[in-house]
Amino acid sequence: MTLAVFFGCTFIAFGPALGLFLFTVLRDPLRIIILIAGAFFWLVSLLLSSLVWFIAVKASDPGDEPLQKGLLIFGVLFSVLLQEAFRFLYYKLLRKAIEGLVALSEDGCSPISIQQMAYVAGLGFGLMSGAFSMINLLVDALGPGTVGIHGDSQLYFLTSAFMTMVMIFLHTFWGILFFHGCETQRWWEMAAVILTHLIVSGSTFWNPLYVGSLVPSYLLMFATAAWAYVLSGGCTQNLLQSLRGQQSETSPQPGS
Amino acid sequence: MCLKRKDLFCVAIIGFHRAVPMTELSAHLPQFQHGQLTENFPDNHLSNTNDSERRRHDNSERRRNDNPESETNGQPQNRTQQVVEQDEEDEELTLKYGAKHVIMLFAPVTLCMVVVVATIKSVSFYTRKDGQLIYTPFTEDTDTVGQRALNSILNAAIMISVIIVMTILLVVLYKYRCYKVIHGWLIISSLLLLFFFSFIYLGEVFKTYNVAMDYITLALMIWNFGVVGMICIHWKGPLRLQQAYLIMISALMALVFIKYLPEWTAWLILAVISVYDLVAVLCPKGPLRMLVETAQERNETLFPALIYSSTMIWLVNMAEEDPEAQRKASKSSTYDKQAAANQIQNEDADMDDGGFNPEWEQQRDSRIGPLESTPESRAAVQALPSNSQASEDPEERGVKLGLGDFIFYSVLVGKASATASGDWNTTLACFVAILIGLCLTLLLLAIFKKALPALPISITFGLVFYFATDNLVQPFMDQLAFHQFYI
Repeated sequence: MTLAVFFGCTFIAFGPALGLFLFTVLRDPLRIIILIAGAFFWLVSLLLSSLVWFIAVKASDPGDEPLQKGLLIFGVLFSVLLQEAFRFLYYKLLRKAIEGLVALSEDGCSPISIQQMAYVAGLGFGLMSGAFSMINLLVDALGPGTVGIHGDSQLYFLTSAFMTMVMIFLHTFWGILFFHGCETQRWWEMAAVILTHLIVSGSTFWNPLYVGSLVPSYLLMFATAAWAYVLSGGCTQNLLQSLRGQQSETSPQPGS
Repeated sequence: MCLKRKDLFCVAIIGFHRAVPMTELSAHLPQFQHGQLTENFPDNHLSNTNDSERRRHDNSERRRNDNPESETNGQPQNRTQQVVEQDEEDEELTLKYGAKHVIMLFAPVTLCMVVVVATIKSVSFYTRKDGQLIYTPFTEDTDTVGQRALNSILNAAIMISVIIVMTILLVVLYKYRCYKVIHGWLIISSLLLLFFFSFIYLGEVFKTYNVAMDYITLALMIWNFGVVGMICIHWKGPLRLQQAYLIMISALMALVFIKYLPEWTAWLILAVISVYDLVAVLCPKGPLRMLVETAQERNETLFPALIYSSTMIWLVNMAEEDPEAQRKASKSSTYDKQAAANQIQNEDADMDDGGFNPEWEQQRDSRIGPLESTPESRAAVQALPSNSQASEDPEERGVKLGLGDFIFYSVLVGKASATASGDWNTTLACFVAILIGLCLTLLLLAIFKKALPALPISITFGLVFYFATDNLVQPFMDQLAFHQFYI
């Protein structure tokens, strides 16, 4: 465990998110505020779900291993549901904020659209979730030790970093999907978000059998990415043009 | 080297007032430099959330409904309509600048916290127990939990009383215009922070990183650092440099508190001081409120050494402002204290003597010296004070935050990183909580437009998140990390 591991895992886990933050959020103060408020909402949901788990654990027998693991699994699933509930609450809050911004503006349209807010809110959720999962691990990676000395997997740090990255991306895309579902009253989109979140978290129960957790998560991530891209107004033409570095002539994209 | 008892005494007596009074956000402070201008100008601002938008929404609705009427109802309506519209427009204008000013405060607060956390994590001096301040005489190394609780309550009580006494002393000195004493006090405390505390800090950093340093180089470095700091804070200097120095001295002060306050005492003090801040700023006879109001009555700025300002202090030359603005200013009646004096001036703005009543003239004469009250001389007088920048751009208006707020935010986050078992998770949670609290406070500031305490909301959130994360979230995340589950 060296500096190389530390920096490698940091950049794997947070590199893309940092890029997203630097290039899309940092310029606009409003987006920074929405990001931090999104992180706050995620934090509150985590707090409540860990409160529930804590009570359950204290009320049960600490020696009973399978029971404790069962309680942990219950804690994970409950936390997922609570996170989505708080995403919905945050959507409600941002909706009201947009109405206010529209009322204030000179030309009757808000400086930021709900799609942009959805993206930033999702990124906020993702960053906070990733930070809470990964930072303690990274700090431990700086110190002395041997990974997997007791027979556990030696890829612990690496797989954690990859899992964190996929979770950050997923949260961002779930934000877009979820808000779009709320906007257009398509409940099945929201249900899809909740279901995929449960599936991804559930797949981590297979760890340390990383094939069972990382592969489905990445596949789901690409699927939700494509879906979110289509919902945001993108199409394959735009994608090809942007890859070739060309400007698109007519782009009816609602957000930037 | 470690601080001796007498040094601790000096630290307390001189350094405290940094933490003492200015724990408030101020909306008004830029105003009384505008001379006659009052709150109609865009002021200090907010972020965009529910209530304010509802209100603005209603206002704008009213405006849209009223507009057709104003044409049919004839002249008299128009003028009041215009004024109301202008008020609403100005109120609405303020919202637009909100997010930017929130970020203008997020950045320095974040920077201060980062410096404190980085120091705590690397320099072990500040987490080592080397005695306690003279103002927290009761030790926390007791046999029973009850005794420890009692001791920490007593410690907190003593500390808070000291802070209250010093605040009242400051307000009394200000009220009776003992400016020399106050300036002397501020200068001595700045000297202590900039030279002595930074010398200790630098020494400890060198020890941590095993850097060999000779006294001559050290003396040169500290001398330059300190002198430039004194000039920037108490006189003139580039804005960024002044802000950087204020952040540094807040961080140094916070580190001193983190080192010398025992655990339970520290948390209790944080809780009690946010209650005190609430009382002192909002109650009619609260010392901080009286301080702000006295400063407004005298059209003065509060001491730059105690307040972080996001922009340069600048003046609008009211003597050349169009009469329209002055008439509008005279119509607003919501701000009695300052507007009272201003209104008299405004209503007589057309007269030859400029409309300054004798009382105001006496005040001004006592401070600046007898001057003729002509528009040119008024312009000259208003342009005199040093940090003036003729900036008409409303976006240049900034928010101010007291250094005490910086200090206590950093103490909270620093203590969280020093003593929490959840370590970085707890630190991160407290950091986000404090930022959100600051955001909410700025929102309230935009709604109420008067000096507000910046501590209560942030510290409450910070404390709640610290204890919740440390005791509830950390075991949960620990178990999740052990099994490598992801939520």
